[in-house]
Amino acid sequence: MAENKVLIVGGGFSGLTAAVEAAEAGSDVIIVEKNPYLGGRVTQLNKYFWKMCPPNCGLEIQYKRIKNNGQVKIYTMAEVEKISGSGGNFDVTIKTQPRFVNEKCTGCNKCTEACPEERSSDFDFGMSKTRAAYLPHNQAFPLQYVIDGKACKGSSCAKCVEACKYDAIHLDMKAETVTVKVGAVVMATGWNPYDAAKMDNLGFGTVQNVITNMMMERIASPNGPTLGKIVRPSDGKEVKNIAFVQCAGSRDENHLAHCSYICCLASLKQASYVRELYPDAKVKIFYIDIRTPGLYENRFYTKIKEDQNVSFLKGKVARVEQAPNGDVKVTAEDIHGGSKITETFDMVVLATGMQPTAASLKNAGVAMTDDGFVDQAALPKGIYATGTLKTPVDVARSAQDATGVVMKSIQSLRRN
Amino acid sequence: MEKKYCVYICKGCGIKEAMDVDKLSGAAKKVQNFKIHDVLCSPEGVQLIKDDMAKDGINTIIIAACSPRVKAAEFTFPGALVERVNIREFVAWTMEPNTDETNDAAYDYLTMGIVKSQKSDLAEPNILPDLTSTILVVGGGIAGMTAALSAAGAGQKVVLVEKDAQLGGFVNKLYKKIPTGSYINKPLIVDTDISKTVSEVESNPNIKVYKSTTVSKTDGQPGLYDVTLSNNETVKIGAIVMASGWKPYDANKLDYLGYGKMKNVVTNFELEEIAKKNNGKLLRPSDGKPALKVAFIQCAGQRDPNHLAYCSSMCCATSLKQSQYVRQNEDALAMIFYKDIRTPGRTELYYKEAQNNPGVMLTKADVTGVSDAGNGNMFVEMENTLFGTTTGEKVKIEADLVVLATGMVPTSRAPQEYADGLTAAAGLGDEAKKNYLEQTPKPDYILNLGYRQGPEIPTLEGASGFADSNFICFQYETRRTGIYAAGSVHQPMNMAEAQEDAAGAAFKAIQVIDHVSRGVAVHPRAWDTTYPDPLLIKCTACKRCTEECPFGAIDEDEKGIPNYNINRCRRCGTCMGACPERIVSFKDYSVDIVGSMLKAIDVPDDEDIFRIACLVCENDSYPALDTAAIVGKKIDPSVRFVSMRCLGGMNLVWVADALSKGIDGMLLLGCKFGENYQCHFVKGSELANTRFSKVSETLNRLQLESGRVELMQIAINEYDKLPDMINEFVEKVKEFGPNPFKSM
Repeated sequence: MAENKVLIVGGGFSGLTAAVEAAEAGSDVIIVEKNPYLGGRVTQLNKYFWKMCPPNCGLEIQYKRIKNNGQVKIYTMAEVEKISGSGGNFDVTIKTQPRFVNEKCTGCNKCTEACPEERSSDFDFGMSKTRAAYLPHNQAFPLQYVIDGKACKGSSCAKCVEACKYDAIHLDMKAETVTVKVGAVVMATGWNPYDAAKMDNLGFGTVQNVITNMMMERIASPNGPTLGKIVRPSDGKEVKNIAFVQCAGSRDENHLAHCSYICCLASLKQASYVRELYPDAKVKIFYIDIRTPGLYENRFYTKIKEDQNVSFLKGKVARVEQAPNGDVKVTAEDIHGGSKITETFDMVVLATGMQPTAASLKNAGVAMTDDGFVDQAALPKGIYATGTLKTPVDVARSAQDATGVVMKSIQSLRRN
Repeated sequence: MEKKYCVYICKGCGIKEAMDVDKLSGAAKKVQNFKIHDVLCSPEGVQLIKDDMAKDGINTIIIAACSPRVKAAEFTFPGALVERVNIREFVAWTMEPNTDETNDAAYDYLTMGIVKSQKSDLAEPNILPDLTSTILVVGGGIAGMTAALSAAGAGQKVVLVEKDAQLGGFVNKLYKKIPTGSYINKPLIVDTDISKTVSEVESNPNIKVYKSTTVSKTDGQPGLYDVTLSNNETVKIGAIVMASGWKPYDANKLDYLGYGKMKNVVTNFELEEIAKKNNGKLLRPSDGKPALKVAFIQCAGQRDPNHLAYCSSMCCATSLKQSQYVRQNEDALAMIFYKDIRTPGRTELYYKEAQNNPGVMLTKADVTGVSDAGNGNMFVEMENTLFGTTTGEKVKIEADLVVLATGMVPTSRAPQEYADGLTAAAGLGDEAKKNYLEQTPKPDYILNLGYRQGPEIPTLEGASGFADSNFICFQYETRRTGIYAAGSVHQPMNMAEAQEDAAGAAFKAIQVIDHVSRGVAVHPRAWDTTYPDPLLIKCTACKRCTEECPFGAIDEDEKGIPNYNINRCRRCGTCMGACPERIVSFKDYSVDIVGSMLKAIDVPDDEDIFRIACLVCENDSYPALDTAAIVGKKIDPSVRFVSMRCLGGMNLVWVADALSKGIDGMLLLGCKFGENYQCHFVKGSELANTRFSKVSETLNRLQLESGRVELMQIAINEYDKLPDMINEFVEKVKEFGPNPFKSM
């Protein structure tokens, strides 16, 4: 008899959708998530394109569905080490890193108040600091603090242990390994932002005020490093003249051969963040093709294009260099004009793309395609890939795909 | 159930430091038992409650501690009625510690919680008899067949209805398709293999196929549909997948591109037929000669507000595919004129491979028209945009076959346009409506629902007739529970996407069948066992509930008395808010319960002390308030929050209840409404706003300023602004002065 249990690897939007949907069809579900919170990449976003609505709105409903369901077991700070067995009966080894804070945590914040150590916030891409004892973000689920083992001084300090009245902090926690039995596995490990420093002509890391699109999301978010004020990292100056460099790494055989799907829409969205905040701001978008496929997406593009202060230039950016006073100089080919142009901006956003995470699944026995994704046809029976593991897609399509994949996993459970 | 109450007050997380817990126990004394615990969510605290349940038969538990959004697992007690009173986020974390106002707030919240628990009852699931689990799939194209095979593969019985004489839909007309998976080093065109899928469907013992058949009538609700087919057979159905597909945009409207004027201007769909008929050879319609210079005009009628404002998503890749048809003849050249090449994701690799073919030329161009070049050839005319837009110069390129990449029109569009036309005509009067009905040809209906709110899934404003969800996160949401759109009637999409989409829709159909069999709600209130239970004996047949239900759950009989189809209901409580007779109640949510909670707020006689009641949508505003507390925002201590399932449940009587009791002001916090609405129940906050426009009547009757009541639209991430908005409202009310009813 097959286990009526589905393992979801990755608790981002795809994994979360798959988990909630499967649980609501009567399956037991295990989510393995490497971050200390669920929601994945989208928790770092300020708003979704094209609707300009906050991601936590939908996540809140998903969390509520999990809470009301009771059939979903969540492992945070965890990764799958090994999958053995076959369709209907898999043995999965899950390794959990120490959080140093257990479920007794009430979210009272006393540990953070007591903690003397700081760490760079990975959630904010290093643009802010948190204490070593911290809440990943203010709408985090589960609402449970975490201690960064690298930044924490351990038992020699232990001020947090003293401050916690709930016996929630144990600085001697160790990594743990558990083995679970499941009937089907859904891989939903998603994507990472492509490392912008790899494109040496685009100045990331060397030229001040060149940031990535994911950093821009954090800057625009009310819970980001600037509490939603769009200002330059170098000097806090308001950003009134901004450029977006599309296909920063994507559609480029030297970097990512694929199109990352979301970057055109993301830049249009971010252009509107700037335009809403600063009525006099100017935006320039350097692009190869503007890709806004679909029903609402193209309408969104049309709407932004109508804004006189947003201009589009077809042409690949050749160089990004430092200009005086923290400004940024962009040199690009102008395909329409048949020449080169050079312009200076307050800040430049690189529309970096999706680095798929298929490579990280090697241990779990998942083979990767030449271009770094997972080919569903090559997966063993009972293991399914979803979302951006298969091809770059946006959130809406991830939701669709995750629901479709649950169908397949339910079929496999019912058949065995 | 005879209720045995106990109040549990938690002192942790700053609660005991912020308020006088002993004073709070004064409120708790209103019920038989109360207990105070240092850390109620600790294993010891939870055990205390469990022991009381076991030993003393406590079955009604009031927990005054943190927000109900946290510690859900700890505070779940099956078999007991649990009421969570949020004195942590709403009082301890947002108010000045140990003031009289803070103590009063905590006291009021606990009193309100006690009142709610006294008026509520545990709900039993409402499982309707004679449920069926067969899934109806409407449409036998690739999406419909995939949905049918998916559901059948999970052991479900399926009825598949196809209007044509054969299954396969549009794919039948295709010569070749794009391969799926990695495109590198693969043939760029492969057989569709549609006949394999067709025979798989036709031989599947779980699937009953009806060809040359349509749906004449769909009555009932999830688990209990009676579907009448055009052959007069009636089938019992549990849930429906609508995969009725699309039609090509009418190219006759594209005469500026030569269609209908020149024989050798064809659509991309016609090119498939030509290729299929001639075994891959592209022979010109005018003279049957092989086409050697084929021009593809992208976005023909698309991304164009005069035709289709949207992008059909699949046409760029389709033209790239068709360029490979052209190139099967080594002497032939394919020229693709585009606005943007849209091959998102890994389809980009397909584009790259197609580009590598020396006989495929791709150019960004603004095509302005197609003219006759004689001998059956055409000139494709375009602005010269390649080198300098400023010249205004036109370029003409000769082609012997022109292919228009036209887009998709969903089959749901015509019924929606008919319905919109009818609504508009009805707005002009009975005569205009009658004329419309007589003169306008009826569209091809897909489902023919016997619902009071109309025969089809209402499509959204701005969705161009696609049966799409308005939610980024919840792609299968429609406004008709148990009916899920799949494939290109859902959104513009390609074949591979339609198959994924169909699997998802089939899954949602299985899920709804599972939920109704347990008597619980589906998303977004999945597992809710409560349901609206109207006291119909008092119904005045005003039809407000039947009109306002966002999901069309309520029909009505000839006398106008509503019939609540519980399996269509999402439990938002909009009907409860709509009802002027206040007869719609849930076990734990009713006009009386909320009204009694508002009346339980203590209104001091002191004219300097104000009380503001605030109704809060639990989906977005409530989490925003919790987050405001987490980030340390302060909220005026005169405010009392009352959680709502959706602001659509707001009943005007509460305004009178509260203000006539002396509450100085009332604030309603709901989701953003309008075109890009965020309400999880579609129209809740908007309906509340409509009702709210009548609030001034109530206030006038009470001789109060209309500014004492206000509705605000709040997104979940506006927690940073929300406290200030609330505090400013309180200041505004204070300027009006105390409510004169206060000391009456």
